[in-house]
Amino acid sequence: MTLMWIPLLPLLGALVPILAAGLGRTACAWATAVLPALALALTLSLIPQIEGSSSIQAQIDWIPALDLSISFRLDGLALLFSILILGIGLLVILYARYYLSAQDSLPRLYAYLMLFMTAMLGIVLSGNLLQLWMFWELTSISSFLLISYWGYKSEARRGARMAVTVTGAGGLALLGGILLLGKITGSYELDVILASGDLIRSHAWYPVTLVLVLLGAFTKSAQFPFHFWLPHAMAAPTPVSAYLHSATMVKAGLFLMARLYPALASTDLWFVLVSLTGLATLLVGAYFALFKHDLKGLLAYSTVSHLGLITLLFGLGTKLAAVAAVFHIINHATFKASLFMAAGIIDHECGSRDMRRINGLWKYMPYTAVLAMVAALAMAGVPLLNGFLSKEMFFAETLQQDFLGSLSWIIPVLATLAGIFSVAYSVRFIHDVFFNGEPINLPKTPHEPPRYMKVPVEILVGLCLLVGIFPSLVVGPLLALASSAVLGGELPEYSLAIWHGFNTPLIMSLVAMTGGLLVYFNRRHIYAFQKQFPEFNANEAFERVVRRLLAAASWVLERLDNGSLQRYLVLMLLLWVLVVGQSMLHLVQLAGDRAQLPLDGVSMAMALLLCAGALATVIYNRNRVVALLMLSVVGLMVSLVFARFSAPDLALTQLVVEVVTLILLMLALFFLPQRTPRESRPSHILRDLSLSIVIGGLMGSISYAMMTRSFNPISDFFLQNSKTGGGGDNVVNVILVDFRGFDTLGEITVLGIAALGIYNLLAGLRLFMPSGDADGRSWAHDRHPLVLATISQSVLPLALLVSVFIFLRGHNMPGGGFIAGLVTAVALILQYVAQGVDWMKARVRVVYPRLIACGVLLSTLTGAASLLFGRPFLTSWFDHFHLPLVGDFELASAMTFDLGVYMTVVGSTLLILANLGQMTTSERPVTKEQD
Amino acid sequence: MEALYAFCVGVLTASGVFLLLRGRTFPVVVGLTLLSYGVNLFLFATGRLNVSDAAVLGAGSNHSDPLPQALVLTAIVIGFAMTAFVVILAMRARGDLGNDHVDGRVPEIVLDSEERN
Repeated sequence: MTLMWIPLLPLLGALVPILAAGLGRTACAWATAVLPALALALTLSLIPQIEGSSSIQAQIDWIPALDLSISFRLDGLALLFSILILGIGLLVILYARYYLSAQDSLPRLYAYLMLFMTAMLGIVLSGNLLQLWMFWELTSISSFLLISYWGYKSEARRGARMAVTVTGAGGLALLGGILLLGKITGSYELDVILASGDLIRSHAWYPVTLVLVLLGAFTKSAQFPFHFWLPHAMAAPTPVSAYLHSATMVKAGLFLMARLYPALASTDLWFVLVSLTGLATLLVGAYFALFKHDLKGLLAYSTVSHLGLITLLFGLGTKLAAVAAVFHIINHATFKASLFMAAGIIDHECGSRDMRRINGLWKYMPYTAVLAMVAALAMAGVPLLNGFLSKEMFFAETLQQDFLGSLSWIIPVLATLAGIFSVAYSVRFIHDVFFNGEPINLPKTPHEPPRYMKVPVEILVGLCLLVGIFPSLVVGPLLALASSAVLGGELPEYSLAIWHGFNTPLIMSLVAMTGGLLVYFNRRHIYAFQKQFPEFNANEAFERVVRRLLAAASWVLERLDNGSLQRYLVLMLLLWVLVVGQSMLHLVQLAGDRAQLPLDGVSMAMALLLCAGALATVIYNRNRVVALLMLSVVGLMVSLVFARFSAPDLALTQLVVEVVTLILLMLALFFLPQRTPRESRPSHILRDLSLSIVIGGLMGSISYAMMTRSFNPISDFFLQNSKTGGGGDNVVNVILVDFRGFDTLGEITVLGIAALGIYNLLAGLRLFMPSGDADGRSWAHDRHPLVLATISQSVLPLALLVSVFIFLRGHNMPGGGFIAGLVTAVALILQYVAQGVDWMKARVRVVYPRLIACGVLLSTLTGAASLLFGRPFLTSWFDHFHLPLVGDFELASAMTFDLGVYMTVVGSTLLILANLGQMTTSERPVTKEQD
Repeated sequence: MEALYAFCVGVLTASGVFLLLRGRTFPVVVGLTLLSYGVNLFLFATGRLNVSDAAVLGAGSNHSDPLPQALVLTAIVIGFAMTAFVVILAMRARGDLGNDHVDGRVPEIVLDSEERN
């Protein structure tokens, strides 16, 4: 479980800078650093456990039924990356404190950095591929936030957008690949997938899977031809570039290749795809780095080139190549992060990053110059520095492959060529910036940076030297752990010595160094040659593609949705007709073989009234009052239908709801026009008529086909257990309050939310109140007729008694909380109608929203009470008691639950209607009709 | 009987859908109510039709299917809440936008002379 805390601590750490914002910048930086430092200590403390066994795991079940769990796994490779992420992260926190100017929000940058750190740790520590993917996307999102940190700059916004689009698209491809891997192996757990390499490689889907996974890795690690986003991401603050774009995020793609190496590698397809992509990236990056005048641009292309180098190593397929790849990941992270930080210092102190203007800084900041020069020499691969060691291993491995057959010599030659350019741009970095005359037109006079800004660079450069001079002592054990994790346990023989004798790789290094110097000092010729090409701006090309895509998307959208809801609805209904109609075509015979009920006169009369009512509603729909009356006829008939077919509960509910609905619609009609204007085109009426007849016909056919077929219901369970398990004879009610009590709890919550929503909609509503009906007749003068008032008052106690009766008998006879609540509500609404809102307001002091809240709370607490007895939520309890005089009676926890339902229903209904009714009184504001 | 019942479901659905496609809010609300009647009857019918079956335990040997009834009962109540919400939304839309068209603005339809006849 300690393992879980490694990604969790930085996640919590995202809150720290926000909370510590008021303490000042230095305190904020220190506070932010605490949790990652703790995580780093945790990681280091786990090393002995990994050395013993190959990996340690931590797992929490999430959705066991879907085989989903939160799973973390630490092995050598994950350990190496965790140390890089946390270690360099800490240095970046320190560095950013001095890099950001006082106007920039330090806590915001820190919070984003911590979020990114969490995501990155999540990737390397995930034991489940789906979980890995989630963190993968999280790095894309957090890197978007970091690149667009200076969101007021257009280049920052564009760069962020480009990065998130390219890596996001790659992420989608990766998801596809992961899903295929899951299908092939039957699991998303990393252990299973790593163990089934042979199965995956021999599967027919292997090529597709490999291409999808590699697309994800290549986009993330800026491989050619997806490399263009990385130079544009340099719009980010330099600490971000040092962290994301050299040490960590761009390595995520490489990590993925290393992680899945045992599962996917060592096929011809892998060699061809990975090594050729790596080779192309290596050359393209190294070549273009030479032409960049922007300091960070040079470093960005150099990063692209080094990422290509590592990819090429993974592609070569030998075990030693994989070791070299891991080694170069470490070395590149150290020297490139320090170079970025040095570039940031130069930018910070000179106010420019243009190498044509920054010259001769040696005189102004000799100390920084030494640090930057050592790091740059490591980048060039000069002996006694870490870059030299892994580059030697790289050269040695290019000689060992033979997958291009007799043309295999091309690879070492091209590798040496890339080495030449790499030396050339490194020399350019050193010579242009620190020597080469005097600074030209700098906004500031350069000087050494604050003391602590140099500390992170010193640490990293020190590591470059230490690794370069005592490789096996400093980095040997970690490299061995990580490499054996990549290779699945077996480690090849290798030696990390500086001197391997006078061999071919050394000659290649020497050629690269002399060549690089030659290229640099003759660079005018190459610049002149390169000038002949039109400059390609990836940003504009990208924007063009995006614009074209957007135009196409909006063209499609306008065809589907032109802003008219009617048309939109027609399209949706047409789709419904297509889907349903098509499956109905497969049904051979409409009528099934179930015995049908005989027709009788009563039913026919009811059907006639029902259909006549429905049709009259349609025909008179423009005269709204008439339509409303016809609607209520239909509602009444529906409740009779329920009564006829043995459903008294439904009949009661429908009847009461009908009353409430009618009052509601009548009240609403008061505020809406009473007539609908004739505005539908004849063609539209024809279209709507045909569509509705088709849909009605389809629904009728489905109903008939269904009703005439026998079926095997699950209701027998409810019938058998209702009495013994729920203690009630009315199975419908027992289902509502007991078997499916959780549904009912959700439902009354929805009811309450709807009522509260209406309450809010009505607040501040300004409506025109008509003084008469559509024909100009004025309203009745007697607003509250005495007869109605008297009768309703005398009926009230009776109605309340009825509702109590219905509530109490609900468990065993038709009735229950819903119906009783509605009856109470109707009885009270009658008072509102008869006496007026003001009269009632003075007498009923119940706050309806509070009543709703109490109802939902009561039901929830009833359910939660069973937790006290160690039972699951909403377990019911009932027993029989005996009281003198009263006799035997039953008590059930379901009754309290039902009481909650009752309160919610009463509260919601009255909240809706009383508030709507109040709109007709003098308390409401009046405005003029606008249309 | 089943055919008659199915016919009624069809008529309710057709009427509901036609009104649903109108351009003013009130007919749409009425259409929604009609449609929910149709849907409730349809859901109820999934338990198949039974005349004079027992509704509670112990009142007879044949028992009507309680599950669709429980589903429809909640559907009726939620249906009321939905109708109420849509109606008030329509009122609010009219108050804020000044008209009761579903799109929130009255489309300017120029009728041809022959369409006007």
